[in-house]
Amino acid sequence: MNLDRRSALKMLLATGAGAVAAPAPAEAREPKTVPEDALGLLYDSTLCIGCQACTEACRRANHMRYSEDDVLHYTNDRLSEYSKSIIKKYESPAGEVAFMKMQCMHCVDPACASACMLGSFQKRIGGAVTWNPEKCVGCRYCQVACPFGVPQFEWDAAVPHMIKCELCAHLVQEGGMPACADVCPREAVIYGRYDDLLAEAHRRLEEDPDRYEPKVYGEFEGGGTQVLYLSARGVPFTALGLPDLGERSVPSIPETVQHTLYQGFVAPVALYGILGLTVWKNRKELMKDDYEIQLGTEMKKKHREEDARERGGEP
Amino acid sequence: MSRGRAVPVGGRILTRPFMVMATVFALGMAVLAWRFLVGLGAPTAMNDGYPWGIWIAFDVVVGTAIACGGYAMAILVYVLNRGEYHPMVRSAIVTSALGYSLAGLAVVIDLGRFWNVWKVPVYFWSWNGTSILLEVALCIMLYTLVGWLELGPTVVAKFCDPDSERCRRIVARIQRPVEKAMPWLLALGILLPTMHQSSLGSLMLLAGPKLHPLWSTPLLPLLFLVSCIAMGFGGVVIEANLSAEAFGRPRHTRLLQGLARPTAWVLLAFAAVRLADLAFRGRLGLIFGSGELSALFLAEMVLFVGTGLALLTPRLTRDAGSLFRLAMLVILAGGLYRFSTFLIAFDPGPQWSYFPSVPELLVTLGLLAAEFMAYVVLVKTFPILQATPSAPVSSHS
Repeated sequence: MNLDRRSALKMLLATGAGAVAAPAPAEAREPKTVPEDALGLLYDSTLCIGCQACTEACRRANHMRYSEDDVLHYTNDRLSEYSKSIIKKYESPAGEVAFMKMQCMHCVDPACASACMLGSFQKRIGGAVTWNPEKCVGCRYCQVACPFGVPQFEWDAAVPHMIKCELCAHLVQEGGMPACADVCPREAVIYGRYDDLLAEAHRRLEEDPDRYEPKVYGEFEGGGTQVLYLSARGVPFTALGLPDLGERSVPSIPETVQHTLYQGFVAPVALYGILGLTVWKNRKELMKDDYEIQLGTEMKKKHREEDARERGGEP
Repeated sequence: MSRGRAVPVGGRILTRPFMVMATVFALGMAVLAWRFLVGLGAPTAMNDGYPWGIWIAFDVVVGTAIACGGYAMAILVYVLNRGEYHPMVRSAIVTSALGYSLAGLAVVIDLGRFWNVWKVPVYFWSWNGTSILLEVALCIMLYTLVGWLELGPTVVAKFCDPDSERCRRIVARIQRPVEKAMPWLLALGILLPTMHQSSLGSLMLLAGPKLHPLWSTPLLPLLFLVSCIAMGFGGVVIEANLSAEAFGRPRHTRLLQGLARPTAWVLLAFAAVRLADLAFRGRLGLIFGSGELSALFLAEMVLFVGTGLALLTPRLTRDAGSLFRLAMLVILAGGLYRFSTFLIAFDPGPQWSYFPSVPELLVTLGLLAAEFMAYVVLVKTFPILQATPSAPVSSHS
């Protein structure tokens, strides 16, 4: 007997009842706002001379290991398990040089924190995104999620850690400040309250509009970041390696979808109830013609007798 | 004749094919010892751009979908009331429980800080409500447990001697509560895959701009759910044919032919939903404008639609052989779609690349071998497969 189109449709409906609701999420999740006590960094690419004092200060402040060949330190092409903060060099086709500081962006709505199963990634003092080794299983979903490619995994360690800038939370806690901003001789990277930094960035833009690309990267990108960037006119932020993100944070989309499906766990519980009753009803009929439950020893005895009869019946 | 009765296959376990599989398994385990000593870097090709390799994209994301046979058959039998498929449920659940257990093992191997994994189900006060991976992890753990519990009666049937007074007393005592609980356990066995198979798709929504827009859509949960149901049916057909071949069991070709139509409609529904979604969001242009990924997308669609149409053609489902080949195509279609979503269409930036290393492949092969070996041991020892009508096997063989 073949199954027809209708029962296939019924099956899709039966199982997809919850998921079908997905295409029309009731309402986008509220965008997250900058925490009140938010601290951050402002990096002005036009002031940076690429001396890398920040890179070295970061390593010392965070007790970083050096890679054996120490190649990464000089080429600085990307963040790695050996460096939480790097300076990248950008050369335009015309030969103009610009520098770019990379570290965690300390997102207002961090994708890593949304991803993390036990909340190992959390926004803590001043909204700095920190990592807690006790609750990390090393699944690396944070790396899949982070649009900036920030968290780094210690691939060559039997006991690996996730390496990322924590805005020197250990120094801030004792009244200090992030090592990179502390050491910078040109104040290309400055540290402070987020509100002050944003105001300062806009002040610079207004004061010398010809000097800069006309926006503060991080004010809106990806739902906002607590690290803000200014770039020299003619050097687009994407050229510096900053992704072209919309204003919606990355986690807001999946969280809206999942929230719609699982709100208050109503849909799963309802589905379970319906499934349970349906199975209970259908199974009752099945059991009359029992195949499965061989708990009943009677059944087994019957089978054994049948076997004996059949064997006896054969020549 | 006791129609549709499950009996242990019996026979020697350490056959030659079994020893070959054991060798493959041992190789995989050797690589694993290395991995646990030196970390993931040396044995694998994974990196900070591609933090997930084939152990996740294939072993877990494709593997659990093939293992959805138990889920698909349970929907068919217990929800849609197709009692004629009941004899196939038990072996489908065995395959599911095995497939999920091995996928769980693959996850643990892949976890950098695996010794903390016990905290995931235990530290409920730390559960992060926004973590899709947490939902997937808890659901998969619970479902694996449910899968083995559903096989409880099978184990009792194996060890309970009807002539023993003590055994009969025990059975009499547990029979009623088990009978009462079973429907709710089976319902849980349907609810949980509905949740985690769809959420497996949602996982990649968080990859945001890294996932190509032909794959990234809020409908990922629906597409993943639909694809796993088709693949579950495909898995059932393949398992039935392989075990018929290996152990001389009934092929159930008639019953399997009956699965062709629902599978076809599920495949076609998948293709329709995917295209409609792209059209709805104005992304149809990407189908031809995405270079190599266009070819990948088209290959996936051709597999879904082509296999769907073939399954609706009676001439192509007439004998066991062609049905088997079509089932392989079903797995290929859904498997390619899922694999693409997690690896091929995932692009963390031009400086990154990933291609699985030989040791990574050895581990994947080792886990596959482990699955086959465990299946052989289980069906030879426990009453899981149907007795052959022509030669009834005695239940104490």
